[in-house]
This record gives sequence, C-alpha cells and structure tokens, in this order.
Amino acid sequence: MISLIVYGIIVGCIIALGAIGLTMVYKIVGIANFAHGDFMTLGAYIALVMVSIVLPWVGIPDTRFGPLSFGWRMVIAFPVSMLFVAFIAIFFDKLLYKKLRKKKSNAVILAMSSLGVAFIIRMLILIIWGSDYVFYRPGLLRPALFLPLGIRIRPDEIFIVCTAIFLVVLLHLFLNRTKMGKAMRATSDNPDLALVTGIDTERIISWTWAIGGALTAAGGILYGIDVQLHPGMGWNFLIPIFAATILGSIGNIYGALIGGFVIGIAQEVSTAFLEPTYKLPVAFMIMIIILLVRPEGIFGKE
Amino acid sequence: MSILKVDNVTAGYTPESSILHGLTLELNEGEIVSIIGPNGAGKSTLLKAIFGLLKPTEGQILLRGENIAGMPPFKIAKKGLSYVPQVDNIFPSLTIQENLEMGAFIRDDDYSGTMEGVFSLFPVLKERRNTRAGTLSGGQRQMVAMGRALMLNPSILLLDEPSAGLAPIFVSSIFEKIKEINATGVSILIVEQNAKEALKMSHRGYVLAMGRNVMDDDSDALLNNEDVGKLYLGG
Repeated sequence: MISLIVYGIIVGCIIALGAIGLTMVYKIVGIANFAHGDFMTLGAYIALVMVSIVLPWVGIPDTRFGPLSFGWRMVIAFPVSMLFVAFIAIFFDKLLYKKLRKKKSNAVILAMSSLGVAFIIRMLILIIWGSDYVFYRPGLLRPALFLPLGIRIRPDEIFIVCTAIFLVVLLHLFLNRTKMGKAMRATSDNPDLALVTGIDTERIISWTWAIGGALTAAGGILYGIDVQLHPGMGWNFLIPIFAATILGSIGNIYGALIGGFVIGIAQEVSTAFLEPTYKLPVAFMIMIIILLVRPEGIFGKE
Repeated sequence: MSILKVDNVTAGYTPESSILHGLTLELNEGEIVSIIGPNGAGKSTLLKAIFGLLKPTEGQILLRGENIAGMPPFKIAKKGLSYVPQVDNIFPSLTIQENLEMGAFIRDDDYSGTMEGVFSLFPVLKERRNTRAGTLSGGQRQMVAMGRALMLNPSILLLDEPSAGLAPIFVSSIFEKIKEINATGVSILIVEQNAKEALKMSHRGYVLAMGRNVMDDDSDALLNNEDVGKLYLGG
C-alpha cells in the first residue's frame, strides 16, 4: 500500500507538471487546451531525438550517472526539449489562437481548435516515429532500491520527484520575484486592469504558453524516463491532468499541484482494488464527482 | 492650452449602437475638470474611449495635438495618461507593493522615488505594503488604485467615480487627495455621481446627457446654475 502511494506521488509529479501549465493557460489565455497532453508527448519525443540522434552526432559521450539510467545527454536534452515545446506552443498561439482571440471567439471554439492542434501533433508524431513503444535507453535493467517500510523505488524515480519539485520552486520564484512573473499574476487576477496599466497582455500570453508548454514537456520526458514513450502517452494523461486542474480550482497553480498528487495517488491506490486498466476511469470519476459536489474545486472561493 | 481634447467623438460597444454622439470637450494643463450627468449619459464610456478601450467610430482624441483614438491602452499609458476604472481597479491577489510595482510596469527607470511619493500621499499603504490588496476596505482599495495609476508619473489622470461605494467619511478625504495630486501638476479628468462635491473641487465642469455635452462652464457657474442644480445636483 505504501508502495502504491509512493508510486502515486511519482505519477502525481508528472500530472502536476501538466496541470500547472493547463491551469495557467486556462486562466490567462482563456483556453481549455486539449492539446496539452500532446505537448507532453512532443516533449518526450524531442528529448528522444536529442538523446539518440543529435547529441551522439555532436559527440556527447553516452555516460550514465551512478545508478540513474541516463547521463549528460539527457541533462542537455531536457532543457532543449522544454524550450522547443515552449516555442511550439507560442507558434500555435500566433498561428491560430491569436486570430481567434481577435475575432472574440467563444470558449467552445477555442477548445475545439486546441483539439485540432492535439490531433495534428499526435498524427505528426505517429508519422515520424511510428506507433511502437520506445525507450530512451533500451535493454537496461533498472533495479529498484529497497527502502524501509517496504518501499521500492528506482533511482530514476527519486530524480523525477526532485526535478518536479525543482521546477515548481523555480516557477514560484519566477511568479513572485520577477517583473514578468508579477505581471503574469496581475494579468491572471484582472486582465482588463492589466491592459489599462500598460502591461502588453499579448506578451504575457506568449510567456504563459511558453511556461505551460515547457512544464508539460518536462512531465513527458520524466514519464519517458520512468516508463516508456508512446504517441498516445500524453493523450492518456489528459484526463488526469484536467481532473487535477478542476480539483485544485481552475486557475490556481498551487491547487493544480495538490490536485496532481491527489489524482496520482488515487489512481495508483485504486489498483489495489481494481484492474489497473481502470486507472483512467478513476481519474474521470473523481473529476465528475468534484464537478457535481464542488465545481469550484477545493481551493475555490464561492 | 488644452493638453487633451475630445473632438466630436462618436463611440459605443458595438458599431450599431453608439453611446457617445459627437461629444466634444477639453482638458487644460493643470486643471481638474469634472464630468457630471445622469446614469447612462456615457460618462464612463467617454473615459474608456479616451484610454483606447473603445475605438471611436468618428472624431478624434488629441493628446497634445496627436490623435490617440483607437491606440492600444499600453501605448497610451506610455504617453503619460493614467486611468483608474470605477470597479475592479486593483489586483486583489497581489500585495499593495506589487500593485504599485505593476503601475510602473512600463517604466524602465528607477521608480522608488515615485513609490515614496505615493506612500507619503497615502501613508496607510506604506504600513500595509505587504498585505494582499483584496483584503483591504473600499477606501484603501481606492487608494491602491490611485497609487497604482500615479506610479506612471502621469501628466493626465482619468478617474472614474472615485467616490463610488465609499463611506461618506472617505469621500471627502479621497477628494482632498485628488486636490493634492492636482497641486503637483497633474491634470485631472474626473467622472462623478457625487456632482456637487466634484464641482466644488474642480475648475470647470461638463454636463453630459444622452452621449452629448449639453453644458460646460466654470464649476462655480454650474453650481449656481438653477437647471443644473435641479436636474443633477439634487435640488
């Protein structure tokens, strides 16, 4: 049971990274971004290209850090992939959503176009990489560490939790200490007043997409390190991500973080009673129950 | 010399239904000008049109002779205009200090002196600088809103109903502060329900009705005008 909770926390980290970006984009840009999961997949595959093609070609050696399953190549690939997905997110905003915003399109149209973006990204990934499961480093035995209380955890998974915490702390500092971060909170608080104050809200929107894209890309890479890569991986995360976002009150970054852990743990613990294939329905059920009982989420005001 | 001139402006929220119909008014350097009139006369709409939140379908808005009609608000803010909306005029989850910092968002220079100036105008804000603005009382929120607008070091301040929803004791103190701000050389265009008080502190006034300017004169003359008194000043 404790093992399940621990694994739930690991999955929760990945869900939380997605949910934080989703909730920010929803609050500031006003889009329920159905392509968020596929940004996650894209991040994982860009890192794959870096690790398996670009970096070997550049001549970065194939090292491994101690008990971890990866080395310098992944350390370089990680931020590069986050940056790449950040720019892809901005690219789709300029190409598509900006025009829809100008036309004052309603939320349904925006959500449906993001669904279109989701399909485009997923199909491109399928065309380029095929539909097989792939690994960052195939054929490696990855023994788990045995910790007290019967907890078994792989070194990679400790890295996943640390990276997620590091990124969330970084985001927190950005939002509270930098001018752009404060302007982002201001825009999310009161977009009309932000405009009147002289904040260029289009720039804030680009930053929001960039951060949302980068965080979800990080989630995708972490999942790829832990399990494997598959073109549908991000799409499968979409329901848990939405559930975490709604649970933590839409627009609330810290709520999304908590929501991610709650959904992650609930999904894993459910496997003690249900078939593992019911993980997604569990997340979906939690989402529906929240929407029925407390639609504003646990951190909502009203 | 008029620093801001609204010239024959027609504007509204949709192209079909205009709220302002060929409105003309002027604000001179160093003046406080009040705009009074009944609900729905277009007072708030006028400020929104000046600040670029609405694009006039006709007419010009001249800032020192340059037409700013339809410019995006952040560009207008850079030209030294600041606007305090009537409602939702603070960032509730930001602290007082962060609200003021946001007011200086477009400034690249050191604004600590301006912030000290705002704090000396509203000392209570300095005491509570790390409090979230959303937890403040109505009067203090209004101070944050005005302080935020002053962080730009504006030459013109647009105020939309600064006394709305305030307890009477705060109303006179807010009006005092407006006079103090004006004394530092800021020209002020103010829209007010509280017409009598507003006229008392301003140099000139305009009476708006149905999106038109129906009367303009020195404040004293408007205060003593029988028609204005009967219709807009409550007897």
